[in-house]
Formats: sequence, structure tokens, C-alpha cells
Amino acid sequence: MVEQRKGFTSGLVFVFLIVALVIFAFPFFILIINSFKSNGEILQSPFSLPSSFSFDQFASAIDKMNFLVTFKNSLLITVLSTAFILLFSGMAAYYIVRVKTKFNNTLFATLVAAMIIPFQSLMIPLINIYGAKLGWIDTAPMILLIALYIGFGSSLSVFIFHGFIKSIPFELEEAASIDGCSPKQIFFRIIFPVLMPTSVTIGILNVMWIWNDYLLPSLVLNKDNLYTLPIQMKVFNGTYMNNWELLIPAILLTILPILVFYLIGQRMIIEGITQGSVK
Amino acid sequence: MSEQRCRSLIPFIYIKQGVMIMRGKNSGLKSLGNQVFFTGPTLLFFCITLLIPFIYGLYLSFTNMTSPISPMEFAGLESYRTAFQDTKFWSAMWLTIKFVAATIILVNLIGFVLAYLVTSGMKGQNFFRAAFFTPNLIGGLVLGYIWQFIFVQSMPEIGQKLGIEILRLGWLGDEQLAFWALVIVTIWQSSGYLMIIFIAGLVSVPGDIIEASTLDGASTLRRLWSVVLPMMVPSFVVTVFLTLKNSFMVYDLNLSLTNGGPFDTTKMVSMHVVQKGLIESNYSVGQAQAIVLFVIVAIITGLQVYFSKKMEVEA
Repeated sequence: MVEQRKGFTSGLVFVFLIVALVIFAFPFFILIINSFKSNGEILQSPFSLPSSFSFDQFASAIDKMNFLVTFKNSLLITVLSTAFILLFSGMAAYYIVRVKTKFNNTLFATLVAAMIIPFQSLMIPLINIYGAKLGWIDTAPMILLIALYIGFGSSLSVFIFHGFIKSIPFELEEAASIDGCSPKQIFFRIIFPVLMPTSVTIGILNVMWIWNDYLLPSLVLNKDNLYTLPIQMKVFNGTYMNNWELLIPAILLTILPILVFYLIGQRMIIEGITQGSVK
Repeated sequence: MSEQRCRSLIPFIYIKQGVMIMRGKNSGLKSLGNQVFFTGPTLLFFCITLLIPFIYGLYLSFTNMTSPISPMEFAGLESYRTAFQDTKFWSAMWLTIKFVAATIILVNLIGFVLAYLVTSGMKGQNFFRAAFFTPNLIGGLVLGYIWQFIFVQSMPEIGQKLGIEILRLGWLGDEQLAFWALVIVTIWQSSGYLMIIFIAGLVSVPGDIIEASTLDGASTLRRLWSVVLPMMVPSFVVTVFLTLKNSFMVYDLNLSLTNGGPFDTTKMVSMHVVQKGLIESNYSVGQAQAIVLFVIVAIITGLQVYFSKKMEVEA
């Protein structure tokens, strides 16, 4: 009898999960079936299957949103920012853990405390300093944006690295030190490689944030050949309001790269998120 | 100096990991040169993006600056007075607090239920986990456009076909329903993320405690309430903090799904600050409101972490 009840419960769980899955997948399903349809077909019924699979709307959206250039901008900004965040935060976290001076403790506390500063309270000063005063928004927007991402990313990244470096046995470094490795060599040849799984975690968190970020890049990148995918999507939506046959393929194209990234690294991503939240 | 040896040492170190060779300080690490080399870059970028702008922003809120080129004259608490008298700011703040409350409860509840179900040991649970997490990869801005299509084009059609009145209405055109539309989209996006955090917590609940409670004859619900949930407090500290912070800061979704409409009734505080400062060119007042927002968020998150840490039980 107990067995029977167990079977009943797990059946119920399964049914519930399937229902949840349908609800979660519904928006994706709607987008995909409508991406092949013309405006007339979409307005007639968003649920009908497309009468023919034409990629014309996709081609048109790729062309109109300057997809390749926009994609390249997003990729460049995300990859470079993340790489620098990992390198610099790893270095800083290592030094803070191993050299416990008052200065380093204060630095760490400040970095952690800064996590609760809302972007909105930095936005106006940032524009004022780097736009009106220094003019970097006009002269070097890409470099400025990446520099700002490195700054904004350092808080959380140093915090997570800090938690993991604490668990690396000190003997590793002692052995290397006796063998004549300089502190820099120790970090780059021993500590950084050991930190690889943590770097993956932190890298994923940063990629997800930077790739999808809208407000900061929209304030810094003013020329349309520098737009990232979210900015382009905003502009595109303004230009083609309610023109769903163009908007839906554009939406799909915008989310496709990150979904492919997820599909490839799914296991690592889920694992990484788990690790990142526990520490 | 001995780069070659250093490299050759690595595999050796991996094997001998944990074997103590000599006790002592990592000599040579603590020096001004190393301090600059290791912490310098982070310190520099932290200063130019967070520290300096934050202090400069505080100063700015005590001036009467209106646009990027206008002169900065010290005006004391003038901007704060204007900021506090701005009724639209407070209505946006109140709406944001309602949004925060609704999302904290619903996103955590649904995230926890999902986590509980996908750790019950059934087949295919990894697939479900991966699927529920997927919406989290989509940024707030694009999310809004996706759901606009659903609320504007798809739901009325379903309502019509199935005869469900509530679905037939144009949700984004109605003050109350547009608010709930924002909540629903937030649930769709974030509950998968919280699910992952809850899974980590659920997996670490010791099996013997569960077993003991089962032997004592506790029902499933009773076990969930008296055994599992108290052990999950550390997870809830993290998830409530995350939802609190994200919901207070919501901007992208607000902009793309409702754009504050209808008639500014769903304009939340972030959007209000952005518009006040940048679009209405009211730098000082916008900045003062941003500082007020910061103080409120800092107090609430501080209290949340403090009180929930107190609730944690020793495993």
C-alpha cells in the first residue's frame, strides 16, 4: 500500500512538472512558430502553424538590425570584459587572502559593501565625469565601457574568488616558494590554474550579466555601429513598432547566441551557478 | 629566475598536495611592488567606476546642477527638498515596494516548489532543471518584448477561444493587470535561478535527519515544514537577498514591457530616477533621489541579512 501511494505521488509530481514545463516553454514555442509567418498570418492567429517555412523575415531582420556587426560588438565587449575581470579579480583576491594587512581587509570590505550600490545612483555622475568632463564617451566609448564593466564586475568576482582561495592549501605555495618561484610565478603557474573551476563559475555569471545589460551600454555607446544586441533590439522595436514579422525574428536572433552558449555549456553553467551561490 | 624548475614542479605539487614541507610565511609576497601588481588593477577600476562616481554623486546631490554643462553651485539640501516633495517619486517608490513584496513571495515560493519537485529523485530531473533555468539567460529588455507579444497578441486569442474573460482583456492597458504582468514575467525569468540555489540547499540536508523523521512517523508535509525548511534558511538568505535587490532595481523589463504605462501607473523607481536625471535634465534632483533609493535599499537588505542570519540553525 505504501508503494502504491508512492507511485501515486511521483505520478502527481511528474504531471505537475510537465504542466510547469509547458508554461515555461510556451513563450519560446509561440516565438518560433510565429517567426516564419507574415504579419497577416500572425494577426489572424498567433497559434496557427506557418503555412510555409520561409526565412525571408529572418534575412530581412538580419539585414535591418545590422546583426553581424551588432553581434560582434556584444561578443567583443562580453569576452574582453569577462577576461579582464577574471584576471584582475583573481589576482586581487589572492593577495587579499594571503596578505592580511589592514589595507587589504578594508579593501575587501569596501568591495563587498559596494555590491549594494544601485547602478542608478552612479549613472548621473558617470555620465557627467566621462561624458561632459573628460569626453571619453565620444573619444573611446568601447574602452570606457569595458573599463566600467571591469570595475562593476570586480566586487562579486573578488568575493567569490576570496571564498575559494581560502580553501587552497598553503603548502602548495610553500613548496613552490622553496623551489625558487617568485610570488608572480606562483600565482600564474599554480594558483590561477587551480582556480580554473571557480573562474568558470565567475565567468558565466559575468557573461550572463554583461551580454544582457542594457542601461550602461545605452548611455556609453552613442553611435549605431557600436550598438550591442540589447540596444539594437530597443532601437529596432522603436522603428518597427508592432511589425511582428520583423520583431519576432529579431528577438529570436538576439537570444539565439546565449541559448547556444547554454546548450553547449549547460552542465557547467548549472554547476557554476550552484557553486557561485553557495560560497 | 628558475622558471624552468618552477614549471616542472607543478605536477609534483599536484601529487604532493597537502603534504607539508615546511611551515612559514610565503616569503616575498608581502611587498609594496606586489601589493600594486596584484591589487592595483582592481583598485584602479573600482575607483573609477564605483568609488569616485559614488562620492562625486553625493556631492552632486548637494548642488543645483540641471544639465551636464551647467555650473555646479553648492545648494545644500535644496535638491533633497525637491526630491522629497516629488509625489511621483514616492508613488513610484511605493509601487516598487509592492512589486518587491509580490516577487519575493512568489518567485521564492515557485522556485522552492520547483526545486523540491526536481530533487524527488525521478527520471529526467536534470532535463527539467535545465529547462526551468533557460528563461534566466534572456535579458530583461528582450524579455519584455517577448511577453509583449504574448500579452498583446496571444492571450486575448486564448481568452476568446476558451471563453476565459480575464485573458481576453488587454493586460498592458490596465493599471492593475499591467503590474501583475510585470510580476508574472519576473516569476518566469527568475524562479529557475532560485530553483538552482534551492537545489544546492536541499541536496545538502543530511539524509539521516530525513530518515529519523520518517521513522518517527512524520508525514511528508510535516517533514517539509519542521525538518527541511529550517535547514533551508541559509538558502533563503541568499535568494531573498537576490530577489530583493533585483526587484528594487528593475528597469529593463519595466522599460520594454510597459514603458511605465498605462499613463505612468507602472513606472517604478529606477525608471523614475533615470527619467528625472537624464531625460528631464534634472541632474541634482535625480541624483538626490538615487541616493535616497540607495539608502532605502541598503537599510532593507542590511536588515534582511541581519535577521535571517539569526534564524539559521546549526546543522
